Amino acid sequence: MQPFTVVTGRALPLRRSNVDTDQIIPAEYLKRVTRSGFEDGLFAAWRKDPDFVLNDPAYAGASILIAGPDFGTGSSREHAVWALQDYGFRAVIAPRFGDIFRGNATKGGLVPVEVGAEAGEQLMGIAESSPSAEITVDLIERVVRAGALVVPFDLDDYTRWRLMEGLDDIGLSLRHADEIASFEAVRPAWLPTTSRT
Amino acid sequence: MARTLAEKVWEAHVVRQAAGEPDLLYIDLHLIHEVTSPQAFDGLRLAGRPVRRPDLTIATEDHNVPTADIDRPIADPVSRVQVETLRKNCADFGIRLHPLGDAQQGIVHVIGPQLGLTQPGMTVVCGDSHTSTHGAFGALAFGIGTSEVEHVLATQTLPLQRPKTMSVTVEGDLAAGVSAKDLVLAVIAQIGTGGGQGHVIEYRGAAIRGLSMEGRMTVCNMSIEAGARAGMIAPDDTTFAYLQGKPHAPGDADWDAAVDYWRSLATDDDAAFDREVVIDATQLTPFVTWGTNPGQGVSLDGSVPDPSEYDDPLDRAAAERALAYMDLAPGTAVRDITVDTVFIGSCTNGRIEDLRAAAQVMRGHAVAPGVRALVVPGSVAVARQAEAEGLDAVFTSAGAEWRQAGCSMCLGMNPDKLSPGQRSASTSNRNFEGRQGPGGRTHLVSPAVAAATAVAGHLAAPEDI
Repeated sequence: MQPFTVVTGRALPLRRSNVDTDQIIPAEYLKRVTRSGFEDGLFAAWRKDPDFVLNDPAYAGASILIAGPDFGTGSSREHAVWALQDYGFRAVIAPRFGDIFRGNATKGGLVPVEVGAEAGEQLMGIAESSPSAEITVDLIERVVRAGALVVPFDLDDYTRWRLMEGLDDIGLSLRHADEIASFEAVRPAWLPTTSRT
Repeated sequence: MARTLAEKVWEAHVVRQAAGEPDLLYIDLHLIHEVTSPQAFDGLRLAGRPVRRPDLTIATEDHNVPTADIDRPIADPVSRVQVETLRKNCADFGIRLHPLGDAQQGIVHVIGPQLGLTQPGMTVVCGDSHTSTHGAFGALAFGIGTSEVEHVLATQTLPLQRPKTMSVTVEGDLAAGVSAKDLVLAVIAQIGTGGGQGHVIEYRGAAIRGLSMEGRMTVCNMSIEAGARAGMIAPDDTTFAYLQGKPHAPGDADWDAAVDYWRSLATDDDAAFDREVVIDATQLTPFVTWGTNPGQGVSLDGSVPDPSEYDDPLDRAAAERALAYMDLAPGTAVRDITVDTVFIGSCTNGRIEDLRAAAQVMRGHAVAPGVRALVVPGSVAVARQAEAEGLDAVFTSAGAEWRQAGCSMCLGMNPDKLSPGQRSASTSNRNFEGRQGPGGRTHLVSPAVAAATAVAGHLAAPEDI
């Protein structure tokens, strides 16, 4: 995945809470077997409304999404992350994220930036009042900067390191193949296998 | 040190623990379906990696499949390619698959328990958020994304941060006519859609102990709707009785040792949870949703809330938007909400007890004029059982449609969908905008309420008809 250190860009304000992954990308788009080109499915239902913020040309090219609490709840579809990335987003700022969405985001290099409710509101206000304002997500310092405003955010050291290096999780786990084999050697024999009975 | 059920299962699966790293957790069972797996298999091919444990992996076709005319090719070419891709991937990598038409095909979360593959103390994952269903057995079971599906295929492990623990204790007994679905909808309304975030919920208390395995599955299924990663219930005699004799359950020679281990998993008396919630079961009534997230629910005896009464501006805005989408006015009595569609099925309520509950209500009645009622068994095995009991005849003679197994109208990925503006009472798990079809409106209900609603034509309890 693409390493992430510091990203600066315009921010799209999505003033809604509980944006579930069915809204981020409806199920119809999940029938594809490919891994790219999901930008057309991003907020597909809401985009039909010409007044929806994604259709506002003032925010064209935004690389940061700012949303209300509980962004990415519901279905485990990683297509939600792919759709956001394929559209051009590198980070999402929200006061709370659905757990599975947050995990999926970090696997693909989309940075979930969890901020306090008050800071989220301040950042939302900046993006709403000045669409051309540049906002910076700095993973090195773990802060969001918008003009004079500096908002720290939490992300565990391991995930931050992996995002900054752009590392593939599977390769990291396979370094421990011996430990996996040792674990398997002592699993109880009565545990089920899917071999046909 | 005293430990909770979740902590015991977690610790029994740690392959590797190191400071500053997530735990590497072993996965005992990986369930696969056609929607969230194709890109994972492609990833394996690109990297030249095999599936480490095909013998701990099982696949079925459920999300895309039609529930009528299943002997014909799938009409939607995009769905057909996805299903064919799963078949090819399973053949290439040696994974057991129950395809459309197979006697064990069905919704992934219905077939795992039915085969006895889901057992206490196991770790179970699937690229589907409702994997939490399997927690009803005291397994640690949770949904994962496609990158993690690939990770489990390649390594049979996942690197994970240890979740926090939360108890939801439901004290007292449920009143007659109040089901597991009503219970979990009430829990979600109380703690909110983000209430369980970062936590594994353990459901405890007399009302939970009194539930059947199928009721427990309904409760654990919707843990994700409360934001929790997983829901669990300590295994007990109800669990063991359900499992004994299932095809993949431990045989006679191993049974006692397995049960001894399973009993040891219960949360220790002096163990502490990070968060504790207590609910009085005796106060619960049939529950329905009025809005567009599963936390927007109210008693069937109640009315649609007035957004202006919400203190929090975000909650108020969400309620206003939900009422606009749902085309409902504040103060409308829930029983005055008419529907044109009723869906009985899904991984939440598509098991045999759910169909029995619905049939008991519908028996001798007719579906109201203008209402389309769909009854969709969760698996082929559930369908055959229902037919053996004559439940299909109860539904069809009432004017409902009896279908083949699949996810059906839960999620709008197959021909069973709402049209724009249609309104359903649905036993599924999500009332999100467009979830059952673009522009469709969903009220989440129990099987008994769904059946009564089909007969009455408006949201109703069995005693109303």
